[in-house]
Amino acid sequence: MSTNTTPKHGDPAVRPGVGGFLQVKDLRVHFPTDDGVVKSVDGLSFNLERGETLGIVGESGSGKSVTSLSIMGLHPAGTAKISGQVVLNGDNLVGASPEHIRKLRGKNMAMIFQDPLSAMHPYYTVGHQIIEAYRVHNSVSKQVARKHAIDMLDRVGIPQPGSRVDEYPHQFSGGMRQRAMIAMALSCDPELLIADEPTTALDVTVQAQILDLIRDLQQEFNSAVIIITHDLGVVAELADDILVMYAGRGVEYATAHEIFTAPQHPYTWGLLGSMPRLDRERTERLRPIQGTPPSLINVPSGCPFHPRCTYAELNGGASETDRPEFVEISPRHFLACHLSERDRQRVWDNDIKPTL
Amino acid sequence: MRGIQQRSHIVTSAPADATTPPSRVAGQNEDLLVVTDLQKHFPIRRGLLQRQVGAVQAVDGMSFAVRKGETLSLVGESGCGKTTTGRMLTRLLEPTGGTILFEGRDITHISAGKMRPLRRDVQMIFQDPYGSLNPRHTVGTIVGAPFHLQKVQTEHGTKKAVQELLELVGLSPEHYNRYPHEFSGGQRQRIGIARALALKPKLIVADEPVSALDVSIQAQVINLLEDLQDELGLTYVTIAHDLSVVRHMSDRVAVMYLGKLVEIADRTPLYERPMHPYTVALMSAVPIPDTGRRTKRDRIRLQGDVPSPINPPSACRFHTRCWKAQEICSTIEPSLAELSPGHRVACHFPENLIDLPMPTVHAGSSGSPQD
Repeated sequence: MSTNTTPKHGDPAVRPGVGGFLQVKDLRVHFPTDDGVVKSVDGLSFNLERGETLGIVGESGSGKSVTSLSIMGLHPAGTAKISGQVVLNGDNLVGASPEHIRKLRGKNMAMIFQDPLSAMHPYYTVGHQIIEAYRVHNSVSKQVARKHAIDMLDRVGIPQPGSRVDEYPHQFSGGMRQRAMIAMALSCDPELLIADEPTTALDVTVQAQILDLIRDLQQEFNSAVIIITHDLGVVAELADDILVMYAGRGVEYATAHEIFTAPQHPYTWGLLGSMPRLDRERTERLRPIQGTPPSLINVPSGCPFHPRCTYAELNGGASETDRPEFVEISPRHFLACHLSERDRQRVWDNDIKPTL
Repeated sequence: MRGIQQRSHIVTSAPADATTPPSRVAGQNEDLLVVTDLQKHFPIRRGLLQRQVGAVQAVDGMSFAVRKGETLSLVGESGCGKTTTGRMLTRLLEPTGGTILFEGRDITHISAGKMRPLRRDVQMIFQDPYGSLNPRHTVGTIVGAPFHLQKVQTEHGTKKAVQELLELVGLSPEHYNRYPHEFSGGQRQRIGIARALALKPKLIVADEPVSALDVSIQAQVINLLEDLQDELGLTYVTIAHDLSVVRHMSDRVAVMYLGKLVEIADRTPLYERPMHPYTVALMSAVPIPDTGRRTKRDRIRLQGDVPSPINPPSACRFHTRCWKAQEICSTIEPSLAELSPGHRVACHFPENLIDLPMPTVHAGSSGSPQD
């Protein structure tokens, strides 16, 4: 795991969406429905290098899962209107043919889903599913593929892989199923691994094992990893950089260390402040973010967070009318917020920092 | 959210640093609920004659008490039996062994008819805000159902009572005619809470009340549950797996593993000096939102998954995954012993024993305290 003190991007003025193994530039994913257009992702940019981990943090309706499905090309044809760019190793995936994407999926990019029981086919053995994935991208015999599947199961820590390779998903416990899914995802050595809430459905001790496993495998395969979660503890464990999403947009993007020690966006402050934490003194009351996440059909005008933001009125009405740009406020720290530098610093020093 | 502003006038009536809400003053700590050797085995039947060939030993010998006005949390991972225990407390399941005393009365095996009036006093909040509300009923019907089922007369009519309840949980009285699908997860959970409160129960069993909710909404609902407890003098038994939430909400915590109670203590001693190795491992596994701790953490990694409750390990059920296990652990089951006031542990080699008088449990050969 790379230490996050030396930026591996090199140039400190690197902007999200410019350069990098995976570049996402101004991604927009809209779903036309009878009730209106659902703007699940509305202008998202970030980039990622191999060997690094990006954590995408957000709650329900932030667009984080839709982002990962868009990168993988998993939206059924005709449902989503996707614009912008998703460039994987120089290859633009938006607008590419489904055949092209299918060649890349599994081999160059792979995904781990939240609930392995619904993500794996219940009628086929685990071995069959891994072998199928492997043989789609490599022309080898069944025996060779089977050996590879057993090796992968062993690599992810499943005991007795030689016999478990012929078992069905329902015969595995939750943690073991998730490991099997990781084995399936990594069987073709993908360069990009997307993990969508990989441990939400798991017990905490099993979660710890899976996170360790993802970290170890990333070091071994030098993959780029995107981990999508609402759990800030999980991203603190794994991520080098963190992108906070709200209402389909990035609101803050910085190194993990910065996000936890010097966050700058009121939504990030709200998230950090509303969680009970084991490593802090217990407070009498939690400080929730007032209100509820917005509808993605009727996204609030201007800054989508403004109805819930305690500091919106400090901006003289700009929060209600103008959408804040996602700009670099300090090296490798990007923010979409109307608060002036001075106001933000003052609020941080007086209101937020003492309470975190 | 409007509900929160409405709640604030109740909260600010108590001083900001109040640590002992009025309902929990000394003298009120009689036991509301006493559970002794509680057991639930689910039979496994095979063959034409459906003979019992084994049993899922979901809960096996739980003993604890719940004082009036406090919050006791049952924590543990999948398969530990905490949900089964919660359902036995509300008599949605009938125990196969042991006793449950509610306000001194034995409710372990009483009939449904005799249990019915008691259901006014013991209510449940469920985990899944989407599955626990009938999608074909309006909010008014859902929250009003307890009044009709128990044939309770209200002063100004059921509708008025329901609307007051909706306001109490931070919803608007206009939501009376809406259907569950028109609400978000957090709001649905509030509806479930309103329903549980309808008949002014004494005890509420909350099964994972916030785990299905977003982080920012969790905080709202947790605050609500705490405010309601202070205002209405409620007693909670919470079932949860999120240790950070549990620490915030609980007065006492009981840790379960594979159907057994392995440790029970007041909140602060449990989190500061956990004694059972499983509790120690559980605490160390929780991801902390602090990047500085990433490399320095001394995490205990448990091998493998929890064994099956159909065939649990002998004696101490944790011995197959415990790094301190010795032969005695697989032959003699450790009993729950009070190793410090109010802190009971079932282990032959507990952790964090500092300056404690040696109990009768074999703790003499335990390692040095965990730092």
